[in-house]
Amino acid sequence: MARGAGALIARTTALALAALTLGPVAAVLWRAGGGMPGAADLAALRFTVLQAVLSALASVICAIPLARALARRRFPGRALAISALGAPFLLPVIVAVLGLLAIFGRSGIFNTALRDLGLPQISIFGLGGVVLAHVFLNMPLATRMILQGWQAIPAERIRLAESLGFGPAHILRHIELPMLRDVVPGAALAVFAICLTSFAVVLVLGGGPAATTVELAIYQAVRFEFDLARAATLALMQVAACGVALALAAAFTLPSGFGAGLDRGQVLPRPGGWCRLADAAAITLAALFIGGPILSVVLRGLPGLADLPGAVWPALGNSLLVAVLAAPMAVGGALALAMGRAQGLRGLEPLAMLPMAGSALVLGTGLFLLVFPFVSPAAVALPVTVIVTAVMALPFAYRILVPEALRLVQDHGRLAAALDLRGFAALRLLILPRLRRPLGFALGLTAALAVGDLGVVALFAAENGATLPLVIQRLMGAYRMDAAAGAALLLVGAAFALFWICDQWGRGGTDT
Amino acid sequence: MELILEGLQIRQDDFQLTADWHAQSGERIAVIGPSGAGKSTLLNALAGFVPLAAGAILWNGARIDGLPPGQRPLSVLFQDQNLFPHLTVAQNLGLGLDPGLRRVDWRAVDAALEQVGLSGYGPRKPAALSGGEQGRAALARVLLRARPILLLDEPFAALGPALKSDMLDLVAEVAAGALVLMVTHDPQDARRFAGRCVLVAEGRAAPPVETAALFANPPAPLAAYLG
Repeated sequence: MARGAGALIARTTALALAALTLGPVAAVLWRAGGGMPGAADLAALRFTVLQAVLSALASVICAIPLARALARRRFPGRALAISALGAPFLLPVIVAVLGLLAIFGRSGIFNTALRDLGLPQISIFGLGGVVLAHVFLNMPLATRMILQGWQAIPAERIRLAESLGFGPAHILRHIELPMLRDVVPGAALAVFAICLTSFAVVLVLGGGPAATTVELAIYQAVRFEFDLARAATLALMQVAACGVALALAAAFTLPSGFGAGLDRGQVLPRPGGWCRLADAAAITLAALFIGGPILSVVLRGLPGLADLPGAVWPALGNSLLVAVLAAPMAVGGALALAMGRAQGLRGLEPLAMLPMAGSALVLGTGLFLLVFPFVSPAAVALPVTVIVTAVMALPFAYRILVPEALRLVQDHGRLAAALDLRGFAALRLLILPRLRRPLGFALGLTAALAVGDLGVVALFAAENGATLPLVIQRLMGAYRMDAAAGAALLLVGAAFALFWICDQWGRGGTDT
Repeated sequence: MELILEGLQIRQDDFQLTADWHAQSGERIAVIGPSGAGKSTLLNALAGFVPLAAGAILWNGARIDGLPPGQRPLSVLFQDQNLFPHLTVAQNLGLGLDPGLRRVDWRAVDAALEQVGLSGYGPRKPAALSGGEQGRAALARVLLRARPILLLDEPFAALGPALKSDMLDLVAEVAAGALVLMVTHDPQDARRFAGRCVLVAEGRAAPPVETAALFANPPAPLAAYLG
């Protein structure tokens, strides 16, 4: 069915994506040669898997009671609370870490309270802190996925159960637990895969032989030891770990956390008594846990805004440039692949997911190896950041667009073919107007992720090519926390503004 | 001018359909048969949405089965989704003249709207039209495209009997001189509208026969279907 310009663009995109993903991996493979991982490398791999498993388990264990409470209770601000669950996904990781430090750091609110109560203090550094930050960042996503599972339970099934005299315990056993069995593994796996390649969190909260992930070890091998062979060996280990995660993910249907609905005529029973209290507690604790760190960044950052270091402004410019270039690249590529897939081109789906088999630092290392013989890596820091960010964001954008592209072709594909509507005219008159909403959402999401991303740029950038997240990390490293909070607030503003602008554009269509 | 289906074979998984017959310009032919027999599949193959396993489709002596759907000498009306919901009625009609909407004679669009009784409806979105009006708008586009064959895949099935009858009259008017093939479930429609009928059953789209004769003495599968 697919032919002409659309198919050509889809195939070219797939080819470019494969080259940009496999090229760096091939460079890594070539450079790693026969280098065997050392004891420290294996320790890094062990820690990577351990923290990812613990983060995934803790995220879904916290998400289940929260999702259940949100699914069965109605209260003012519920819709807003569910929307706000999307916020940590847009929040730049480095900002989240800064907020968590303000609450759970050595002189944070939590430890101060513990000290006042005469209790032993907790440390946010090391395994515990890494897992805490990952739960903060991913529990909301897991909650949205699981909430969707609850909302997808047909109302008739609940009514049938009630007409058969089921109590809450029976409904849990016969309806809710089977749903959780279907949804929870996918949610846990999604969090696991995200945490497997986590970099910024571990850069700040981890470190040292006991708490280094493979991703961090790659960074250290390149930046501090300049041991490119070791970086390549580590990158290869990361590819293997991601490949296993991807293979596991293929065995489950990963639920989408993006579309969690707000209100459908739900009829879940709403037991009173301690159940009601427990639900209220789950919602309140989650609001404090998510809202506290964000609020602390805002409060601490506001005074700092007036007195930002000079390095912040060019860095903001660089970050915006990366976002403005990378987001359309990612979404444009994803659109070409999604339309190609919807029109029946084979083999595009695995290619669109290919970047997930690597990580930003793996691709970065590969590109570093490729460009290093010819130019100074610092000179190409921004172009490389744009490319790697676009490649890594493409699978997200693809997953958002592909269901809509399939529906578009199913609803209007035959009419468009019958009227000979194809090529640029089809893009202008059919695809862009019909897909405007998911396109705006995908653009906003990838732009927000790109502006807040601290990954590959850390590997390449010198003093003057830094992005804003990197400047914030450097300010934190120099213990200039007020300046860091001010810059963080600016970054949050940029991320949410980009998302809002793109999303509003998407909603501006006159779709019926 | 003549449409020839020459040794046509369509295969989809376990399903198979053959057809070997011809029909003339100006004829109105109903395609009838039990559910799932392949009536819509036959139309989809003629329109170019389903590939042929064997055989050829000829119009006026030239093969058309290799052409993409939009370049075949035919117009199609589907069961639904005949108008793009995000474009105005006038733009939907304009697509029949130029798929890029750049070289459209908008006076011709207005004239076509007038002919189907929708004067002044051009700036509206399809959602603001009733089901019958949407059908009329789609027919106005058929008028503009002026192709010699019209394929109708039960486009009026959702309309009430009186409205459907009006629409069939309008089809007869709009498609005067064209060859019309219409899939229908309703023997009434076939009797009213079509001079001949193609019975699709048991893997075969039989050559067209006189409608009156077919219903007077229905073959076994049709008799079972009519009950």
